[in-house]
Amino acid sequence: MRRFLRPGPDPERERLKQDLFQFNKTVEHGFPHQPSALGYSPSLRVLAIGTRSGAIKLYGAPGVEFMGLHRENNTVVQIHFLPGQCQLVTLLDDNSLHLWSLKVKGGVSELQEEESFILRSPPGAAPSATQITVVMPHSSRPLLYLGTESGNVFAVQLPAFRVLEDSTISSGAVLQRLPEEARHRRVFEMVEALQEHPRDPNQILIGYSRGLAVIWDLQSSCVLYYFLSSQQLESASWQRDGRLIVSCHSNGSYCQWPVSGDAQQLEPLSNCVPYGPFPCKAITKIFWLTTKKGLPFTIFQGGVPRASYGDRHCISVVHGSQQTAFDFTSRVIDFTVLTEVDPTAAFDDPYALVVLAEEELVVIDLKTAGWPVLQPPYLASLHCSAITCSYHTSNIPLKLWECVIAAGSRQSAHFSTMEWPIDGGTSLAPPPPQRDLLLTGHEDGTVRFWDASGVCLRLLYKLSTAHVFLTDTDLNENLHPEAEDDWPPLRKVGSFDPYSDDPRLGIQKIVLCKYSGHLAVAGTAGQVLVMELNDEAAEHTVEQAEADLLQNQTGYRWKGHERLCARPGPLHFEPGFQPFMLVQCQPPAVVTSLALHSEWRLVAFGTSHGFGLFDFQQRRQVFVKCTLHPNDHLAMEGPLSRVKSLKKSLRQSFRRIRRSRVSGRKRRPAGPSGEVPEASARVERVGLQNMELAPVQRKIEARSAEDSFTGFVRTLYFADTFLRDSSHHCPSLWAGTNGGTIYAFSLRVPPAERRTAEPVRAEQAKEIQLMHRAPVVGILVLDGHSVPLPEPLEVAHDLSKSPDMQGSHQLLVVSEEQLKVFTLPKVNAKLKLKLTALEGSRVRRVSVAHFGSRRNEDYGEHHLAILTNLGDVQVVSLPLLKPQVRFSCIRREDVSGIASCVFTKYGQGFYLISPSEFERFSLSTKWLVEPRCLVESTDARKHNCPHNGGGPETTMTPARNSGSQNDQEERSPGLVMEHALLNDEKVLREVQSTLEAGRASHGDWQSHKVAVGHRLSNGGGFGGEEAVSDPIIHDRSECVPPFLLAE
Amino acid sequence: MNRSHRNGAGSGCLGTMEVKSKFGAEFRRFSLERSKPGKFEEFYGLLQHVHKIPTVDVLVAYTDIHGDLLPINNDDNYHKAVSTANPLLRIFIQKKEEADYSVFGTDPLTKKKNVLSNVLRPDNHRKKPHIVISMPQDFRPVSSIIDVDILPETHRRVRLYKYGIEKPLGFYIRDGSRVRVTPHGLEKVPGIFISRLVPGGLAQSTGLLAVNDEVLEVNGIEVSGKSLDQVTDMMIANSRNLIITVRPANQRNNVVRNSRTSGSSGQSADTSLLNYSQQIEPSFGLEDEDSDEDVILDGNGVPQHSPTAVPTAESLESLTQIELRFEPGQNGCIPSQHMNLARLASSSTNTELETYAPDQNLLEEDGTIITL
Repeated sequence: MRRFLRPGPDPERERLKQDLFQFNKTVEHGFPHQPSALGYSPSLRVLAIGTRSGAIKLYGAPGVEFMGLHRENNTVVQIHFLPGQCQLVTLLDDNSLHLWSLKVKGGVSELQEEESFILRSPPGAAPSATQITVVMPHSSRPLLYLGTESGNVFAVQLPAFRVLEDSTISSGAVLQRLPEEARHRRVFEMVEALQEHPRDPNQILIGYSRGLAVIWDLQSSCVLYYFLSSQQLESASWQRDGRLIVSCHSNGSYCQWPVSGDAQQLEPLSNCVPYGPFPCKAITKIFWLTTKKGLPFTIFQGGVPRASYGDRHCISVVHGSQQTAFDFTSRVIDFTVLTEVDPTAAFDDPYALVVLAEEELVVIDLKTAGWPVLQPPYLASLHCSAITCSYHTSNIPLKLWECVIAAGSRQSAHFSTMEWPIDGGTSLAPPPPQRDLLLTGHEDGTVRFWDASGVCLRLLYKLSTAHVFLTDTDLNENLHPEAEDDWPPLRKVGSFDPYSDDPRLGIQKIVLCKYSGHLAVAGTAGQVLVMELNDEAAEHTVEQAEADLLQNQTGYRWKGHERLCARPGPLHFEPGFQPFMLVQCQPPAVVTSLALHSEWRLVAFGTSHGFGLFDFQQRRQVFVKCTLHPNDHLAMEGPLSRVKSLKKSLRQSFRRIRRSRVSGRKRRPAGPSGEVPEASARVERVGLQNMELAPVQRKIEARSAEDSFTGFVRTLYFADTFLRDSSHHCPSLWAGTNGGTIYAFSLRVPPAERRTAEPVRAEQAKEIQLMHRAPVVGILVLDGHSVPLPEPLEVAHDLSKSPDMQGSHQLLVVSEEQLKVFTLPKVNAKLKLKLTALEGSRVRRVSVAHFGSRRNEDYGEHHLAILTNLGDVQVVSLPLLKPQVRFSCIRREDVSGIASCVFTKYGQGFYLISPSEFERFSLSTKWLVEPRCLVESTDARKHNCPHNGGGPETTMTPARNSGSQNDQEERSPGLVMEHALLNDEKVLREVQSTLEAGRASHGDWQSHKVAVGHRLSNGGGFGGEEAVSDPIIHDRSECVPPFLLAE
Repeated sequence: MNRSHRNGAGSGCLGTMEVKSKFGAEFRRFSLERSKPGKFEEFYGLLQHVHKIPTVDVLVAYTDIHGDLLPINNDDNYHKAVSTANPLLRIFIQKKEEADYSVFGTDPLTKKKNVLSNVLRPDNHRKKPHIVISMPQDFRPVSSIIDVDILPETHRRVRLYKYGIEKPLGFYIRDGSRVRVTPHGLEKVPGIFISRLVPGGLAQSTGLLAVNDEVLEVNGIEVSGKSLDQVTDMMIANSRNLIITVRPANQRNNVVRNSRTSGSSGQSADTSLLNYSQQIEPSFGLEDEDSDEDVILDGNGVPQHSPTAVPTAESLESLTQIELRFEPGQNGCIPSQHMNLARLASSSTNTELETYAPDQNLLEEDGTIITL
């Protein structure tokens, strides 16, 4: 019987696999989805952003990034750094406080949650009594002051979150100490502002929502001053010298109150409604900042006239006679102003305004005249227009790189030249080994070029294709110039613009030849643009050609969108990629596949109707081939666009709803990465059962030739191979359809000297119909050494070995269900791997990747990286198609995430975890881009003695051992906690006594049982038992009471 | 009158039997020796001879003692007809292409009335299209129960054969749950169930699958832990040779096999299934006999270097000719006939791929390409 079982794994191969493959999610690029809180540490110069899904992300200098995730997945409401320390406190919307710290481990800092705490109300009190509204970390004591809805201010000692009952400033106490005339007028209501005196740590300013503000002396517990305003108070702050208080109010006004001498001021020094006299929105936050030159900066959020500008998201900056209301395209979450850090400095001297809007981070330079915007090196808004496709190329030649950067720098001339002000921490990551480009296509017809070499995804260049076409919106824009009043002095800032002018402009496919600088982009309305890199501005006409993909099919009527009309006449093009050829597919259906061969100067494109080949040297169509099945009525009658688009839009809107629902869950770690989540699938299924949904049925039917959209061209591939006979190789074009058909055309490309004179000829040489009829998602030719054929021009640039043209070539066809190798030229089936038949998954993305060994610099193998519809990534060997490794990567429900995935040539990949964020993952041990950085507090930096344990570890571990590093990171919290628990003798004794005494309960035990149970079940000590069959667990449970108790 | 005629004939020739054969409007009378009727082939030839229709394919029928019209198409029913003929054997001959199958099993006398009424109401007649059920050359397996000897009685392994696309597989599956008895009490276990059978579909017509049967395996791969979509994809990917193991909802039709009772009654159904499925899994991978031979066309019409040039495209038999290399015997169980017939195809369990690679030459040689 043994011999029928799978042969045991070859130990040598297993070892090699460990050297080659490893799965890590390394870094998240882009802007956090649904940000909800902003924090900034002036001493660390580090910015923190909290999200609605409970994540916090820290950003310092470019490359310095940290991410933490609250276990609760609740919205982060506030973030406060503890002054001068590498610690921060977060407040979640479940009223829990969490202390995080950046600890140095092995030379790099790690963000860890230390402690969490929920403020308990005394028995009998209303829950609002302890609902925290404001958090204020004290500057010189390890104390946290918490303002609540009841008007009480609690003091909590850090790091253990011990409530100091004596220090509570109850509203009643404040009331008693108020003079008679102030006392009767108002109740207190909630605390809206808590601010420490900038000079005297014993005084704090407490602002209550009904309009009362008091200065409280912490030592003598008395009210020093009080200020009564007639309006609801929104926020209040000190002037730097402590002589003035500014409060802002719900009616859009702000008041200045002098804090001087003994005289109690009953009226404000000044009361100003900046955008009066008509009713205004509340000013929710205000900064009053002094400058050396005299005139202060007043920066406030809101306050615009309610009727005419109530829907704007504004932050106003007033400096003397200059006033600008920055108008953001999305809701403002929070803002802060970067000022002089040194507490002894006499003036604030603000230099930058940092605004966290819902969809982007905007930093405004306050030093330069005109207050220009800074270009952030990270947190790029990937989704300023929705991403419709992405494309990655590795190892960009320096020449192209410089051209792209030069073209991009011209576009960013309007940005401030100020150095990026948020520059805390140091990045220890090695410089990226090569230059990588990530290209994203957007709904508005732009292609953005991102530097994807390192941790920071930086925008290099933006290419717009919209001006080549006439769109509906052109006229409107000209008719309505911005005819807005001068007051308020609004100024639009930010790049987020979700409204597409014309959905037909959307980019669907991108191919870039990195050697020749040719770029082909194809869009929603069947347009294919071929572009060339030119470092000078030019004016020329874009040549046009039409490709009729239907040929002589009759009875067809296209009911979808119309084609885009090109703008007539010569057009002006900025330096960069300039289109010179436009091929328009007819009917103008979405381009579904695109291939470019810059050496042969050919471009191939496919839609749901067929595919064509275009010679962009001679600007001549070589051939078109219609792939429509005569029985495919649905595609024939052309409801493709209408029916489908309705379906699609419905689906998308559902997806949007779902995305917002699941966003809370999305980050939940799915067990140790790399483990196939069978158990979780089971849990999900059980969960589904409990919901009592109507049963979902699935029809079991073999695919037939009559299925719709079989003609849909899924993939196109150029190869120089043995198509006709085994002695002569020739250029060829391969096309695969949705119905499992592969067409091979042999091409005759004239030699270079006669290239312009003789036409390119094509002849159909082969047609393969896969019997399982699954969509063909990838075609690849392997040379005589079973190495994939190099990219065009790669050999010419000495970047690749020339392919082996002696041995026999093999054709690899990847359909959604199977991977199949055929011999060439006879096309005999040689091997196959039936993915779907064996595990029920389907191939969604496939790409060849080179995997280098981490031990041996020179050793590497080519394999296929595959993403399935279940969200698993797999590596399948070439040419024997043996599955190597499999990791779960994306949740299977995350359809948009799976659809957005791109692989790189070196075993990394990107996918969208939200509309605005790319997650980067790596399958390779060698190529790993992840943040490694060090952040130290000022003390540590000055005296070189770190704050929290650990020595001043400056030794840097070798850069690329991060695999083990990552493992450590994952496990460390558990281990550390376990360690702490076992060190605590009291707890140990309790555990022991409980074990001995059976179920006897101790008074103390009660208070710890939850904690103990948690540790035990997490610590892994009982992991073994869980796998034992049921009856045995049943027996043992008798003698393991703590385990049961804890459950 | 009839009776007296029969008696007379019977008394006249005791050893022989009178045959009255009718073809169309013509009658022939001859006699046969009752003790030596010969073979059906000879009788058929004789009938063709006496009616002078040597080249016409005909259906032969007789009326038995109850007056029912029964077919004669093999030796057995020919002998039966001869032995029961008393004394006259009435033979009715119809041209095959004109044959009216609905008349079989009915009294030709009453039938005549029906024919009349059929003529008057022609739509009535069309309601009953005949189905050829007795043409041996059309016999092919549509479904089978396999591995009965190794599966526990509670399970059934059904193989569905798909020929072309004329008949849909025709069933639906859904998520569901089953209650299982565990030491802790009852426990709900998620599972995949058959939710609907399409009338007239393959699944329904076999009678081997029913609504609410729990699907346990698809082509030897357990479905537990897999999602509904995954199982759907697996079934569709294997649709040309689908083998599903089910736990029938109706357990009353199960055969109780006493040979195994001592062994299996002690085990729970689940564990026994697990053991067996693991053992047989490799053989299932190999058994994928139909494999999907892809159609390859050389499109240029000028087959310069192709070995053969046949003007029609045919499916390749490239991969199905390899002998089964493994004996699929299980622990002394006799491998079913079916297993022996199984051929190695290019399926892709791990086992197979490992054994596969060294044999590439063999595979290549077997492949033939038919080109245009």
